[in-house]
Amino acid sequence: MNPPFDVAAIKSDFPIFEEKMRGGKRLVFLDSGATSQKPWAVINAERDFYTKHNAAVHRGSYYLAEQASAAYEGARQSVADFLSVDSDEVIFTKSATEGLNLLATSFERSAGQLGIRAGDEIVVSELEHHANLLPWQQLAKRTGAVLKWFSMNLDGSLDLTNIDEVITEKTKVVAITHQSNVLGSVPDLPPIIAAAHAVGARFVLDACQSIPHMPVDVRAMGVDFLTFSGHKAAGPTGIGVVWGRAELLNQMEPYLYGGSMIESVTMTDSTWAAIPRRFEAGVPNMAQAVGLEAALKYLSNIGLPNIHSWEMTLTEYALRGLQEIEGVRVLGPQSMQARGGVISFVVDGLHPHDVGQVMDQYGVAVRTGHHCAWPLIRKLGVVGTTRASFYLYNDLSDVDVLLESVIGARDYFRKR
Amino acid sequence: MELDSLYQEVILDHYKKPHNKGLPVGEIQVHHVNPNCGDEITLSLSIKDGVVEDLIWDGVGCSISQASASIMSDLVNGKSVAQAGVALREFTELMQSKGNISGDEEVLEDAIALAGVSKFPARVKCALLSWMAFKDAAIQNGAEI
Repeated sequence: MNPPFDVAAIKSDFPIFEEKMRGGKRLVFLDSGATSQKPWAVINAERDFYTKHNAAVHRGSYYLAEQASAAYEGARQSVADFLSVDSDEVIFTKSATEGLNLLATSFERSAGQLGIRAGDEIVVSELEHHANLLPWQQLAKRTGAVLKWFSMNLDGSLDLTNIDEVITEKTKVVAITHQSNVLGSVPDLPPIIAAAHAVGARFVLDACQSIPHMPVDVRAMGVDFLTFSGHKAAGPTGIGVVWGRAELLNQMEPYLYGGSMIESVTMTDSTWAAIPRRFEAGVPNMAQAVGLEAALKYLSNIGLPNIHSWEMTLTEYALRGLQEIEGVRVLGPQSMQARGGVISFVVDGLHPHDVGQVMDQYGVAVRTGHHCAWPLIRKLGVVGTTRASFYLYNDLSDVDVLLESVIGARDYFRKR
Repeated sequence: MELDSLYQEVILDHYKKPHNKGLPVGEIQVHHVNPNCGDEITLSLSIKDGVVEDLIWDGVGCSISQASASIMSDLVNGKSVAQAGVALREFTELMQSKGNISGDEEVLEDAIALAGVSKFPARVKCALLSWMAFKDAAIQNGAEI
């Protein structure tokens, strides 16, 4: 169970771990699925941008504006390198949520084969976070398209037995997560991507829970679009990425209108800039883009395969430990097959909020409730779960405190 | 332990054996949700001669939200709308006090045990859910509260 890198050294890169929690406890941060902590490299990159390079990108003819533009476009190139794609296919958004709304709205506005019209079908799954459900659900309502979905099995996998009924000749878009943010299950995507492409539909991958944690080869997967957020990948808040195949993005209409995204404007009409600028109206979140670049370089230096391998070690240790605690039930996948570094569980007779409150006394930060995936939670037949999610800065002692705090929560209410 | 100030004995008693919990049968029913955590409550009551009667509630949620609903139902059932309004305002103020006031036991009765919640900002909404449902139901029954 030796980590493939020096976890203590990694932890010291993240200043938040010097902070004390309630009762003077050290921070056992197991909520990276919600947002990750930030290393000095990211904090310093943002500070450097503000202290040395700050000016509105793509506008001024002065030295500082050139610096800012170079920093921002350099960040775009770094994201493209990280994904092994072309830089003009990388769109900066303020979040993954905005990215998914961008795609849904852009499809709606686009002419021809990419457009969404009444009677078309959009496919999602019961695993989805609200951010990858609501944009499509509301798009269907606005256009008269039909929203369909793959059902979730109780082990967190998707039921693909009816794939031919879910994906049909009418399907235009299939949007599915790479990994459940609640259960950690990784759906079997290759047959879904193949089925989507067989009927000419586009596949959108919600990669929020995968890009920060494992190597993702978007070209090999064959997806058409991908979104992720910076803040879950050790990067800043306020920055997200949409990647899309250039030949598709070139045919798509803008999402937000305003400065920077135009080619020409008159009082009555406008034409659009080339991609990716077409999708980046207004002065972008420049410092955050530069911060994201620093985050991705930080992760790449450690190595995504190493990060993933260590998270799997932590997850297996935690999974076994939780499964052995009497009165605790792990939900979703019960083994290490097809899963990532996220575990949801319930404690018999206790509401997740009460469990999380006691765990907080141990310095343990976990997410409780429905995790912005209410349909999935309903399917599980629970009011919510307690979720532990792991990242590169966690170590085995964090898992030990997790297990101790769960037992503590169980016993706190049991004995009273 | 700081936790014991939150989970007072009386709270856990109400949580384990909630009062006035059942199928709301009143003509006017209100349904309130805490979208952050998924807690839900349905509540009905009647107001006769300015007195709150037949407050029944049902719901799902954490110990704080369930105990608070039980305590609130005991407190306002049989009280005049004016008295219930005083308790509602006193309780709301207590919850927003961040632990700086201890509340008037004469007015709040068992609800005084929830004072510790005000030191845990994430839980204040849990405690207030049923009280806001009560306020809504009273207004819908024509009360000025």
